[in-house]
Amino acid sequence: MDTFIVHALTSLLYASVLFLIAGGLSLIYGVMRIVNLAHGNLYAFGAYVSAWAVGVMATRWPTGLLYVLVPLGAVAAAGLGAILEPTLLRPFYRRAEEYQLLVTFGLLLILDDLMRFLWGPYPLSASQLYEAFGSISIGETIYPTYNLVVIAVGALAALGMWAFVYKTQFGVILRATSQNMRMAQALGINVNRVYVQAFTLGCFMAGLGGAVIMPSQGAVLGMGVDALIMAFVVVVIGGLGSLEGALIGAVLVGIVREFGITLFPEIELAVLYLMAAVVLLIRPAGLFGRP
Amino acid sequence: MSIPLPPSRALGWIVATVVVLAVLPWVMDPYQTTLFSYGLVMAIAALGFNLLLGYTGLLSFGHSAYFGVGAYAVALIVKYFKITSLEAFIVGGIVASALVSALFGFVCVRYTRIFFGILTMALSQVLWSLAFKFFWVTGGSDGLRVPTPSLLGVSIPPSEDKMTFLAHRYYYYVLVIFVLAAAAMWIIVHSPFGKALQAIRDNETRAEFVGVHVRHYRWIAFVVSGTYTGLAGALWVPLNGLTTPDILHWTFSGEIVFFTVLGGFGTFAGPIVGAIVFNYLKTFAVGYTVYWQMFLGVVLVTLVLALPNGIMGMVARLFPLRAKAPAS
Repeated sequence: MDTFIVHALTSLLYASVLFLIAGGLSLIYGVMRIVNLAHGNLYAFGAYVSAWAVGVMATRWPTGLLYVLVPLGAVAAAGLGAILEPTLLRPFYRRAEEYQLLVTFGLLLILDDLMRFLWGPYPLSASQLYEAFGSISIGETIYPTYNLVVIAVGALAALGMWAFVYKTQFGVILRATSQNMRMAQALGINVNRVYVQAFTLGCFMAGLGGAVIMPSQGAVLGMGVDALIMAFVVVVIGGLGSLEGALIGAVLVGIVREFGITLFPEIELAVLYLMAAVVLLIRPAGLFGRP
Repeated sequence: MSIPLPPSRALGWIVATVVVLAVLPWVMDPYQTTLFSYGLVMAIAALGFNLLLGYTGLLSFGHSAYFGVGAYAVALIVKYFKITSLEAFIVGGIVASALVSALFGFVCVRYTRIFFGILTMALSQVLWSLAFKFFWVTGGSDGLRVPTPSLLGVSIPPSEDKMTFLAHRYYYYVLVIFVLAAAAMWIIVHSPFGKALQAIRDNETRAEFVGVHVRHYRWIAFVVSGTYTGLAGALWVPLNGLTTPDILHWTFSGEIVFFTVLGGFGTFAGPIVGAIVFNYLKTFAVGYTVYWQMFLGVVLVTLVLALPNGIMGMVARLFPLRAKAPAS
């Protein structure tokens, strides 16, 4: 039983981070119909900014205060997104999807090296934040408390997104633009502004994902590219453009991955990619996508 | 059946190019020639890739899979059968990549546009993760070594060092295969089959109405495309001497897309030029700075912003008479 709880918690931990990344990717696709291959880099960017800020202040501030710096990564990723959308992506909405993929692939290469340039080739870590939380015991097993914080952040983000998209006026505008961009524009919505906001929000989520997981895993080069592919698996399973889908997909992938690592470690990743392929075959729009 | 010949003006250019390529090892140092062999190998992959992108209108982000299958097929032939004949490598690479692309293609051609891209990418990642994890077969992240092969039954004489071998015998071998592959692709895209693919690219519904079995044609194009890329993978391994899971990773697929677009996917020669130029560009950037990815990224972004038709598209615009695009 204890092991089961630990496995379940680890699945949820993974699912929380995945939801933050994939939810942002899906939100951006849902509103703007653009697949951002550089999305994983924004997740990595969030992790790096947080780790860097914590590292700079580590000797000056008490550990408790350093937690304030963690969300900085999310804000930085959002800021980067707010700069990138109008400058780099806007010229591509009217062009073929191939070019959108290519320009975001170019962006991926640039951001990857930008992080190497800014923070060097070695991983950054802020494990003191992870250790300060201590651990709780579940039966015989010791489980780090910080992981519960990550799960809570993921759950709060999901709740917050739901409230934001379904209960606010901005959410209505967002959904209207997503359903019919021309009609929304005809009704007087400033679509360009909605696009910047949606993209910024999506990047904020990715950055938050990177920031909250950073204390336990550090910020490493290449984390973005790996995260992107997992986020793809999630959105393909859940349905591109659907936030509910991203949530369910993230939980499914989290569970399969956790049990895969324990039961069939060699083919754990292959099983996940195959899962995505099978869902695409049976339900091309994903479990929750609009066909 | 008459074989469609290139226009006579282009024919002169082609003959001149082949002559230049044939004397290359005598005027360039071995390193430069070997570098050029890499470019030719990638050009074969690009020719195959462009059958899907340029002629059928499908953007695959998973062609690393077929390149990698070709390369790993060779490495496994060496590992398990102790065969080092390049002819066996080529047959093995072609058969393996044809089988895998037939299987993957069967699944992928049900979709187009973005879903096609994601599906090809997901499937290529399956192979990458398998190559990574089954290290007792594939060597994991260390990869597998491939020795210098024998060409047409003749192994490398003990007096000859590997660099000379690669820059002469191997270069000519690759050149001959490249010319054959390019000629075959030229025939394919100008055959009724090739015309049907272009009809599918331009308007799927109309193509279906005039009796083109769209999904079946796409599948065949996918298999041909994957097999070309697999052939490139098989020729690449002896050149590189080592195969690692990196060539199965989806970022390598991105490179294939990159150089096809760099050359211009609207023309027949574009991908060839793109592959060779990209190879130099990357080698230069890697040697010049550790931030070569950023350099390539900036090139790519600039390219799609300013020159969406690639190098050959620009050439065609500057010299409209001489370099008329045969494909469009």
